[in-house]
Amino acid sequence: MSEPSSSGNGAASEPLLQLESVDTFYGPIHILQGVNLQVRSGELVCLLGGNASGKSTTLKTVLGIVRPRNGTVRFEGEDVTSRSTSYRIGKGIAIVPENRRLFGPMTVLENLQMGAYLQGGGTKEAFDRVYSLFPLLHERRSQLAGTLSGGEQQMVAMGRALMGKPKLLLMDEPSMGLAPILVERSFEIIQQVHESGVAMLVVEQNANVSLSIADRGYVLSTGRLVLEGPAAELREHEDLRKAYLGR
Amino acid sequence: MAEATPPPSAPSATQIGVDSWVTESDERRLHRAGAWGAVLRGWERLPPPGKLALVTPAIAVPFIPIVSSGNLFNYGIFILLYALLGLGLNVVVGFAGLLDLGYVAFFGFGAYTFAFLSGTHHEKGHVFTHHWPAELSIPVAIVLCGVLGLFLGSTSRRLLGDYLAIVTLFFGEAFVVFTNSADPYGVTNGSNGLANIDPLKFYAFGQHLTIASVRGYYWFLLGCVIVVLVVLHFMSESRTGRAWKASREDPLAAELMGIPVNRLKITAFIFGAGIAGLAGTVFAAAQTGAFPQNFSTQVLILIYAVVILGGVGSLTGMLVGAAVIIASNQVLDSTSPPNLQRVLFYAALIIGFALMFRSSWRKLAVVAASTVALGFAAHAIASAAWPRGVHGSVTSGGFLTGAIKHWVLLPTNPGRIADYVYVLVIVLAVSLTQLKGWWRVALAPFVFVFTAFLWENLLIQQPAVTRYVLFGALLIVLMAIRPQGLFGTARVEIA
Repeated sequence: MSEPSSSGNGAASEPLLQLESVDTFYGPIHILQGVNLQVRSGELVCLLGGNASGKSTTLKTVLGIVRPRNGTVRFEGEDVTSRSTSYRIGKGIAIVPENRRLFGPMTVLENLQMGAYLQGGGTKEAFDRVYSLFPLLHERRSQLAGTLSGGEQQMVAMGRALMGKPKLLLMDEPSMGLAPILVERSFEIIQQVHESGVAMLVVEQNANVSLSIADRGYVLSTGRLVLEGPAAELREHEDLRKAYLGR
Repeated sequence: MAEATPPPSAPSATQIGVDSWVTESDERRLHRAGAWGAVLRGWERLPPPGKLALVTPAIAVPFIPIVSSGNLFNYGIFILLYALLGLGLNVVVGFAGLLDLGYVAFFGFGAYTFAFLSGTHHEKGHVFTHHWPAELSIPVAIVLCGVLGLFLGSTSRRLLGDYLAIVTLFFGEAFVVFTNSADPYGVTNGSNGLANIDPLKFYAFGQHLTIASVRGYYWFLLGCVIVVLVVLHFMSESRTGRAWKASREDPLAAELMGIPVNRLKITAFIFGAGIAGLAGTVFAAAQTGAFPQNFSTQVLILIYAVVILGGVGSLTGMLVGAAVIIASNQVLDSTSPPNLQRVLFYAALIIGFALMFRSSWRKLAVVAASTVALGFAAHAIASAAWPRGVHGSVTSGGFLTGAIKHWVLLPTNPGRIADYVYVLVIVLAVSLTQLKGWWRVALAPFVFVFTAFLWENLLIQQPAVTRYVLFGALLIVLMAIRPQGLFGTARVEIA
């Protein structure tokens, strides 16, 4: 296992997001066990793991929907462990939730406005940015989000998350429920967003695709981090290959 | 036969990665042909104020016969009052999606607050005489209702669905119990309620202005409804309005966007309570009294009927819902002229049957013709074989007397027979819903004729019973043909 290393774009400065020995419980059940995780600014980190390994719980802990029993969550060096979800979102975290969770009976435009709720509904600049990333959304802006196809809904979900100009974008299983061609497209978009300077933490089961674009990766197994390192190293890792990459 | 012809490649093959369903969605949109289609498309394109402008005369026109008998303002007051209550409840139920069954308590609280601030009552040696002018007591009542809404909202903000419904229902009942039993302190005067409340007295620019006539309250309420409509329209188009919608559709996703879901719920409660409080003050002033039974669960049910019929979440719908529900409710009151009730009953019956057979003009025509024929045939047979069956008189005739006398059987002493027919009509109506196709067509005329018999011989004497039967039937029919209400928008389920 290699140290969280010098790869990636992060300078020696403080990490953007830092989880320090986080323990999370659902009632009596110990979910996350001493998880240490960092995302530096501008970095694309993927968090891999099978079913029930605690991936989504990690994201919920980052957002404050689940409070850890022990350990701290830091964002930009500030301890946000006891802060509310909306405080953290206001600080610059955004999420593309699992299954996208768009507001179906609202238009694409309204969905985007909701993404910038804390900024008062979105500046023109934010709209321009999202529309230039996803020109299709501009075309479909007055269509109800629930009537879009899966791939287009994914774009709306990403656009919505980017409306608040986040410093860190969390993505929960972006490939879920998408056709293989759309998974590829989706990850191209993720990479594009990443290149525009947004740090990302991508939670995925699809190790192959996510490692191909990530700077670093972590592997969770039943609530513990079992592997971490630069994406290139992880791709070559024997156990991981057997367990996830199937080759 | 090994050689199968390859399937001809589609001339305009769908591009991979492009969702044809969406790119062609405009072509796929159902275009109704003809005039009706043009009307529907025009309606969809109309902005809300335009819809309102079209709907208002449509509501007003049927009341022209009532105007001539001088009842418009009497009916109009209740319609506007319930429209106002519906608009307030719509904020809580429609915008924020919270099932608030204690809503009527805010209506009552507004009325009692107004009574306390602008009224005289003697009680157990105490004399309460505050004669605040209305421009002071109405805002105070609204604000106090808002505070009560804040209290209810913040204690139950973590409750969802059924839990919220039960807690708020308790709250509503607790209000009625409280008004009934807070007697010892002389605040509410128990079940006798508070009388001697001032009418709306405004004091402005050195002038006293008192609203004393029914007509005056009609115009004042109309003003209130318009102001509330305008405020709510802009509210629903605002950032807060959209956030309400978002947290109603998916509270977790809304929370993930940083939307303060709980705070918005409380805001909705406060707004709803304030509007109900406004309605309460005007109600108390118009009736110059406030009594516990004015704020019972029955009133709550009427308000919900308005909201459901009009279409949850639609502002225009509240006016239409109030007009339909409250006008029927008032017309079917024991004090209103029976002939008007008769017109309403047959209109409802005919509309119901027309909706049931709306898919086929042929069936509808057959049903109509055979219903008319069946009535006359039954009448002819009865007058030959059973003279007593046609010798009764038409209850308070009016212009329909002639038609009814020759079409409906009117026994001289219908008591027992009418009771049996009541049961029979229920059985027939249930069977009608279970039958399909031409069997339904065959049964329908019998249901119509027996229902007419039942109405003429039994129900017309008890219109108050009829109205609940009618509301029940109305909501069942609505459920079947337009679950989102008359003006509601259909839900789009997300994949």
